[in-house]
Amino acid sequence: MDEALIQRIQSNPKFTQLVETRSRLGWTLSIIMLVIYYGFILVLAFSPTTFGTPISAGSVTTIGIPVGVLVILSAFVITGVYVRRANTQFDQLTREIVEEVRQ
Amino acid sequence: MMRSLQSRAALSVAGLVACLPAWAADAITGDVKQRDLNWHAIIMFFVFVAFTLGITYWAARRTRSAKDFYAAGGGISGFQNGLAIAGDYMSAASFLGISALVMTSGYDGLIYSIGFLVGWPIITFLVAERLRNLGKFTFADVASYRLSQTPVRTFAAVGTLCTVALYLIAQMVGAGKLIQLLFGMSYLSAVILVGILMVMYVTFGGMLATTWVQIIKAVMLLCGATFMAIMVLATSGFSFETMFQTAVASHPKGLAIMSPGGMVSNPIDAISLGVGLMFGTAGLPHILMRFFTVKDAKEARKSVFVATGFIGYFYILTFIIGFGAIMLVLGKPEFTETIVKDGQPVSQLIGGANMAAVHLANAVGGDFFLGFISAVAFATILAVVSGLALSGASAVSHDLYASVFAKGRATEAKEIRVSKMATVALGIVAILLGILFENQNVAFMVGLAFAIAASANFPVLFLSMFWKGLTTRGAVVGGLVGLLSAVVMIVLGPAVWVKTLGHAQALFPYENPSIFSMPLAFLTIWIVSSLDNSAQAARERALFIPQFIRSMTGIGAEGASKH
Repeated sequence: MDEALIQRIQSNPKFTQLVETRSRLGWTLSIIMLVIYYGFILVLAFSPTTFGTPISAGSVTTIGIPVGVLVILSAFVITGVYVRRANTQFDQLTREIVEEVRQ
Repeated sequence: MMRSLQSRAALSVAGLVACLPAWAADAITGDVKQRDLNWHAIIMFFVFVAFTLGITYWAARRTRSAKDFYAAGGGISGFQNGLAIAGDYMSAASFLGISALVMTSGYDGLIYSIGFLVGWPIITFLVAERLRNLGKFTFADVASYRLSQTPVRTFAAVGTLCTVALYLIAQMVGAGKLIQLLFGMSYLSAVILVGILMVMYVTFGGMLATTWVQIIKAVMLLCGATFMAIMVLATSGFSFETMFQTAVASHPKGLAIMSPGGMVSNPIDAISLGVGLMFGTAGLPHILMRFFTVKDAKEARKSVFVATGFIGYFYILTFIIGFGAIMLVLGKPEFTETIVKDGQPVSQLIGGANMAAVHLANAVGGDFFLGFISAVAFATILAVVSGLALSGASAVSHDLYASVFAKGRATEAKEIRVSKMATVALGIVAILLGILFENQNVAFMVGLAFAIAASANFPVLFLSMFWKGLTTRGAVVGGLVGLLSAVVMIVLGPAVWVKTLGHAQALFPYENPSIFSMPLAFLTIWIVSSLDNSAQAARERALFIPQFIRSMTGIGAEGASKH
């Protein structure tokens, strides 16, 4: 990559837009995942009986079971949200940037 | 099963001996505790081996360049790679270890699974695309992109080899136990057989063969586990509540299996385990290497999404399978044996707790399905060790040999030859480690590999892509601090100091070091890099912008080879 190309890319507003939106989305979703997971772990660590509470009176299924399954599902859903945005918006932006700077 | 069929057992031993080299014969005729033999398992396993060796032959004819050998020519699709990543991740340790953990501790098994899964979204958002845009064959390509090649690649190779070695131990132990149970072969010969097949796949078929072995095995494992979970649910009328009630009634710990238990009795350990599993995933070299097998960043991202879906689904299945084992296997006389431990007779599951899923297969699907699951479990080990071996060998040939010793002047043919020699050496090391660690819990050993990946590989890789200020000095010193602190804490911790070395008291109180070792690595990297005022450091910082642009846009990234 030569100096002139780097300059053209850096000064392209679409590149700034790509970097900003991608970073914002990436970090937001990462933080959501971290909060969900460490929230789960912290409850386990500091209030272990919470997840051991039966889901309803007389039931042996505890709250921890659906919560655990939801954490697993959330990982999949959050990844899906990112991939969807990236496949449409980010790839489109990248294509436009590459075309514009190559001219 | 087939307790009474002595003659059949003898016959099948003869059959096995005929298929095996001379060293195995002694092991079988020696004083091994004779297990029941299952023809279905043996036949299905040999069908799998024959089929995958056929694929290896096909792959070998298509593997010419270094790019073919390390990255399957970059021609794997996102979906295929997703399945292969899932295959790499759904190791025997996950399948056998976690279902065993659910059987013995109930809910704690789910906590472990969740920790293994939640690293994937983070990889998608922060690592996958950048890695694909910047690298060629190994994660060291990315870590050393703008840094000094020799020190950074040497460090990355050490990090890779440590992670690979620990992960291999878990797989080899699983293999040994499984084949011991199934084939009536000794642990030693089982471990040697796995080592030899692994070397064959990798040296002849490279990444292409390894990927397809992984995909086939992932599909077989997902199908088998789905069938088992459905059968378990069917025995309780497709009601989770009924399943849990039956399990609670038959488990010695009773209701306690429905709540978080011993695994989180120590909050620091619980969080530390979480840190290790989450960030360790993003530092596993054999997983990171998979991102170079697809053609671009888009396919890389798609492959993580596919992998996350399959892995999440698989962990839900292992949870159900674990509860199935509580209902249908635990405490049942046909699956229990009495062994002598410390002079006391102890009753345990035949082959140990890690055999929970294998026995459950027998309980829900009879001998034929037991054969299928056993063959799948063995195939799983073969596929995962092959991926590990390829990753370890790449670190030796691509990072150490080609970049450090030959300074980039080695020919491709020479580099591939070194890689194949390294694979053979790794095969021997894997066998020796498998023997050494025969009696460790396999799921737990994987946790150790994750701690090193999280504390050494991940901080360096992450900062190389995200922090302009990173310098060679910072990366190497900080990475080594992370590596050594993780290793020292593990050695002085309960798992090695007490359980392996036999001391009474652990010098480091926690099982999981990551909560200390990973921040320590980040901090050291930051301090050393910030204090680095050398001219080289200034050049390295200046190179960040071009690197960042390439990581974002893919301009200049490695494409797929055309053939």
